[in-house]
Amino acid sequence: MSAPNTVVAKDKMRGTPASGFDPETLRADFPILSRKVNGHPLVYLDNAATTQKPQAVIDALSGYYSTHNANVHRGIHTLAEEATAAYEATRDEVARWVGGVKREQIVFTRGATESINLVASSWGEKNLHKGDGILLTQMEHHANLVPWLQVARKTGAEIAYIPITPEGLLDLGVLDSLLADGRVRLVALTHVSNVLGTVNPVAEIVGKARKHGAVTLVDGAQAVPHQDVDIPEIGADFYVFSAHKMLGPTGVGVLYGRERLLDEMEPYQTGGEMIRLVTYEEATWDDLPHKFEAGTPNIAGVAAFAAALRYLRALGMDAVRAHERKLTAKLLAELDTLPWVTVFGPKNPDVHAGVVSFEVEGVHPHDLAQFLDSVGVAIRAGHHCAQPLTRLLGRTATARASIYIYNTTEDIERLVEAVQQAKQYFSGS
Amino acid sequence: MLEKENDLGELYREIILDHYRSPRGHKHVDHPDIVNKGQNPVCGDEIEMHVRMREDVIEDLGVYCTGCAISVASGSMLAEVAKGKSISELKTIAGAIKQMLTTGETDGSVKLSELSDLEVLEGVRDFPVRIKCALLAWVTLVEGLEQYQNGEPEPRVSSTEAGESSPEK
Repeated sequence: MSAPNTVVAKDKMRGTPASGFDPETLRADFPILSRKVNGHPLVYLDNAATTQKPQAVIDALSGYYSTHNANVHRGIHTLAEEATAAYEATRDEVARWVGGVKREQIVFTRGATESINLVASSWGEKNLHKGDGILLTQMEHHANLVPWLQVARKTGAEIAYIPITPEGLLDLGVLDSLLADGRVRLVALTHVSNVLGTVNPVAEIVGKARKHGAVTLVDGAQAVPHQDVDIPEIGADFYVFSAHKMLGPTGVGVLYGRERLLDEMEPYQTGGEMIRLVTYEEATWDDLPHKFEAGTPNIAGVAAFAAALRYLRALGMDAVRAHERKLTAKLLAELDTLPWVTVFGPKNPDVHAGVVSFEVEGVHPHDLAQFLDSVGVAIRAGHHCAQPLTRLLGRTATARASIYIYNTTEDIERLVEAVQQAKQYFSGS
Repeated sequence: MLEKENDLGELYREIILDHYRSPRGHKHVDHPDIVNKGQNPVCGDEIEMHVRMREDVIEDLGVYCTGCAISVASGSMLAEVAKGKSISELKTIAGAIKQMLTTGETDGSVKLSELSDLEVLEGVRDFPVRIKCALLAWVTLVEGLEQYQNGEPEPRVSSTEAGESSPEK
């Protein structure tokens, strides 16, 4: 554990080596990838929902329970010290991972959703008032939309949305005018869209928002697992993501916050672990980050998250992005040759992460997903927790394939082949 | 946990695909007494029914469904079956279908095998997330009939999610 209040050195290894990796070799590290689904080898393309776990993470989880299990931050015995050390070591790892920030700025939550709810409740409800503006985008996941609807309902703040262009990019031409009247107090947006795959220019948007005096929150759930993310470079006041979308266990989320704001904020939940002194009359809060971590946290999950970060570091995030870019470009190109397929989101793989939503004429997304499942190909079908965006696209559901490190060109070929079979099956021709 | 294998042919029997490709009852109905919409929030299936009654018997109906093969086929079969049947007969059939899909059995009050192609919906039972798709048309019809019986003039949106029915905005 590093000393309090020191900036943890930036993880220089994070972006390298860029020499690349062989996805075929690393598939052996993921036990689930060797199972069959409906008699076929599994092609897992639902990584935007959650990723599979390498043996190292599974071992870290079970190893924690078999050798170190205890509660954190209070036991005066060996196991408690080991558990605390493992839990807090991950915090240092994360602080390094996101660009070198203070460990006090890293709060562990249940997931990105809880991280946003924490900010909405502890910062939003106290600092937003009637007539204040909240600026979101039309491509937000419900996690970065519904909490702000609640804040608006409680405070009387008003929500506006940065629109999207027909290609699925944010229409930044209107950003200045949306910010111009100075009423916008918060800008909250996704780094990468979980439906369109759009990689948003978050540093540029955050810069403009801050110039107009707005606080900024970036939802990095679909970004941090797939590319090198440096939060200080982006300049966001709050940045959130989830461990389970980057090889880690479920039930672990991260909230990064600007120290001054976190200091000013009231706790989100209260109880054990987050207090300094409690009497029958009143209580005072512990320092950051513990002030925001009431109750026994997901100790095993946090400890095992470090193993996920180590796994990704060995690959290098630039190599991860290069691999996904290659497969995304192939998928976009292959779908483009099928006249009865509509792809949503940018055509340029430079601004299109490995999340590809599409539609097959005459085949409902749920029927498509069901058919693909019958040949072992797992994709997502539905509104992807972004109902307003799906409606904006003029649909009630779309199909979505999402890529990660262990996907291969063969996976993409099997997907495209199965999509063609499904088209034939349902249209009967 | 057992690894389970799904047989696609059980779900999408040829009759279901036939109803999906050419849905019956997709037609205009003059002077409907019941106009009811239904939606399946999980999938985004949407259905609209226009029903003209003669006392408590369905004289004519139109079914317009956009959704997956299961919901469209189920609506199509409903359109074939419902014409000429009374409210109580239709409620019994809807109950039997629901029972078949959730428990795999019926109490014998209705022989689904004698009602058009309804029996083939049985295959949906092994695909729990699709049961709501199969029930959407029937939920929407029954709620429409109940509103008609209760003399509610306002069209409503029925939902396969309990408690989500709401007056249309």
